[in-house]
Amino acid sequence: MKKKVLSLALTFALAVSMLAGCGTKEEKNAEPAATETTAKKGTMPAIKKEDLKIGVIHITDPAEGSGYTYTHDLGIQGMQKNIGLEDSQIIRKNNTSDQDAVAIQTAIEECIEQGCNVIFATSWGYMDTVEAMAKEYPDVIFSHGTGYKCNGKNFNNYFGRIYQARYLSGIAAGMKTTTNKIGYVAAMDKQNSEVTGGLDAFAMGIYSVNPDAKVYVKVTNSWFDPEAEASAAEALIAQGCDVIGQHCDTSNPMTAAQAAGVYGVGYNSDMSKDAPNAVLTSTMWDWSAYYTAAVQQIIDGTWDATNYFGGMKEGLVKIAPLSNLCVDGTKEKIEEVQNKILSGEWDVFTGVIETNDGKTVGEEGKSLDDATITGGINWYFKNVVEP
Amino acid sequence: MSMFISFLAAAITAGTPILFGTLGEIITEKVGHLNLGVEGMMAIGACAGFMVGYSTDSFFLALIAAFAAGMLAALLYGLLTITLMANQNVTGLTLTIFGVGFANFCGFYARKAYGVESLKLPENITSQMRNINIPGLSDIPVIGQLFFSYNPFVYLGIITAILLSIYLNKTKTGLNIRAIGENPASADAAGIKVTKWKYINVGLGGGICGIGGAFTIMIINKGVWISDCVGGLGWIAVALVIFASWSPTKAIFGSFVFGALRQLKYYVPSSIGIPGALYDMLPYVITTIVLVAASVRSSKKNSQPASCGINYFREER
Repeated sequence: MKKKVLSLALTFALAVSMLAGCGTKEEKNAEPAATETTAKKGTMPAIKKEDLKIGVIHITDPAEGSGYTYTHDLGIQGMQKNIGLEDSQIIRKNNTSDQDAVAIQTAIEECIEQGCNVIFATSWGYMDTVEAMAKEYPDVIFSHGTGYKCNGKNFNNYFGRIYQARYLSGIAAGMKTTTNKIGYVAAMDKQNSEVTGGLDAFAMGIYSVNPDAKVYVKVTNSWFDPEAEASAAEALIAQGCDVIGQHCDTSNPMTAAQAAGVYGVGYNSDMSKDAPNAVLTSTMWDWSAYYTAAVQQIIDGTWDATNYFGGMKEGLVKIAPLSNLCVDGTKEKIEEVQNKILSGEWDVFTGVIETNDGKTVGEEGKSLDDATITGGINWYFKNVVEP
Repeated sequence: MSMFISFLAAAITAGTPILFGTLGEIITEKVGHLNLGVEGMMAIGACAGFMVGYSTDSFFLALIAAFAAGMLAALLYGLLTITLMANQNVTGLTLTIFGVGFANFCGFYARKAYGVESLKLPENITSQMRNINIPGLSDIPVIGQLFFSYNPFVYLGIITAILLSIYLNKTKTGLNIRAIGENPASADAAGIKVTKWKYINVGLGGGICGIGGAFTIMIINKGVWISDCVGGLGWIAVALVIFASWSPTKAIFGSFVFGALRQLKYYVPSSIGIPGALYDMLPYVITTIVLVAASVRSSKKNSQPASCGINYFREER
């Protein structure tokens, strides 16, 4: 009997220490900052700053330190600082699998039970569950990242024109390559418009400076898989690629490139901190631009459940400072295109675009509309190869 | 052709972390303990190996630390299941959750404590864990790339497997251990110290898993700390134990098959048109087939030790 009690106690201790391991999170104290915006009609009543309680659903742990969740959490921290919220006003649910509707629902319900009136769900796979939950909890504001659905009342979507930054990073890659083979580690296949659109923009950027270069793509079928991401990059390098681009969470494609003595273009955060001898630049998110704007609208009562699709102009996407591994002239070329994007004179998916199966997309003088960009790019640009 | 050689080389490298996990689990199961904490022990091993490597700048000490940390985690499991008779499945699963969380916590804490944006192993270690290069041998076309150009872990894994095979099948201790796994009461009656050998094997198994964890952080992630660095390989190792039918030498072969299956989709031309999800499924499909085949043959030699998963109450004989 004694043994049983002791074993129970030890199992309990193990479980408690496990919780301590997962839950600890340090936050800097926020400084208050006040901004006034003009009144606009919102779809949800205004929530006072003190009454706000924000739930954030993450697919991994912000502590991973480089990739997707890390940058989202930086955005949340930035928003907290800009708006001036207390630590207790933000609840994070980490490691919520986006394949598991029950887990997503549980995470969201836990947030609501703890008094959350705003939910930010940060991963693509949460979309359908969040849509259903928005119907079930009409008083809670739901904002889902990287999808395309909204309900015009209490559920919207936010995403950004990362393809603009990818186009610019493609210029750096296209000018750098000498084998004219550029690799791309993609998390999802052609059916995923987010990944495919980004890859196409990268390929178009490459084509604009180096029409002979081809982009080789390998798909890992996972947003986060350290081994697969390294393996895909190594396979691409074995096929002769000398610049590796990526749309996946870890910096493993970059560290694999560095180990093999080739170059890369990182994603999510500035990955030159992980692979300084390989990274030319990185395409980056600054999610605080959206989170701050959204929370401010909620406080003002002007939040209107329309989809948000910010770009370089809004400061939501950008590229990391170019490293000195880039060839001469890269900076000038990128600035030239960047100015065109910022002024709104030109955008990536403008005009007739040739695909790699011999078809064409788009019309002369027009850009693809946002709905197509977020949900309808299921073709590869003409210089993309699926080896 | 050169792509095929690259594929084989990649498969062997990819199989190595799974090989360590499998070997650790095999010798644990051989004494009748099903430890589902492989993923957690690998994570703890990865964390300890990384942290010690980071602060001491020594590849050797990092490996020792990974082994010791994996062993400590396994001994915790041993204390709960061998001495305190806790349920093995539950304890193992808890160890997985604990191990992964603990490792992530340490990584997060270290990054804060050192005040750096990215935790990276120093160049001294990174250079030692690169693929070896034996002048002459490594330069031979094909053979050099296939046999003499891997990172040190690959050779260590194969040597460990062979040593374990000798230990289990050729020594008197090994015979005793297999007896414990089949029927601890009889072994006890024959004068074998059941508890002692259970602890030794469970601990050793955890240590070997810990080395596999060090592989994930040092080779797959190239010495850059990321959370969840084991990324589910521990579970594949548990499946591979069945595939290898509890034999360390078959585990060498099995791990390379699994490694090849995991690498396949990056080397098979996609013009063949096999959906990517099919490749991800293959290791598990094959494990299922092997399980079915093994149960049809019902050979005692190639099956799970009879007492595996059941705690041994000496007083209840």
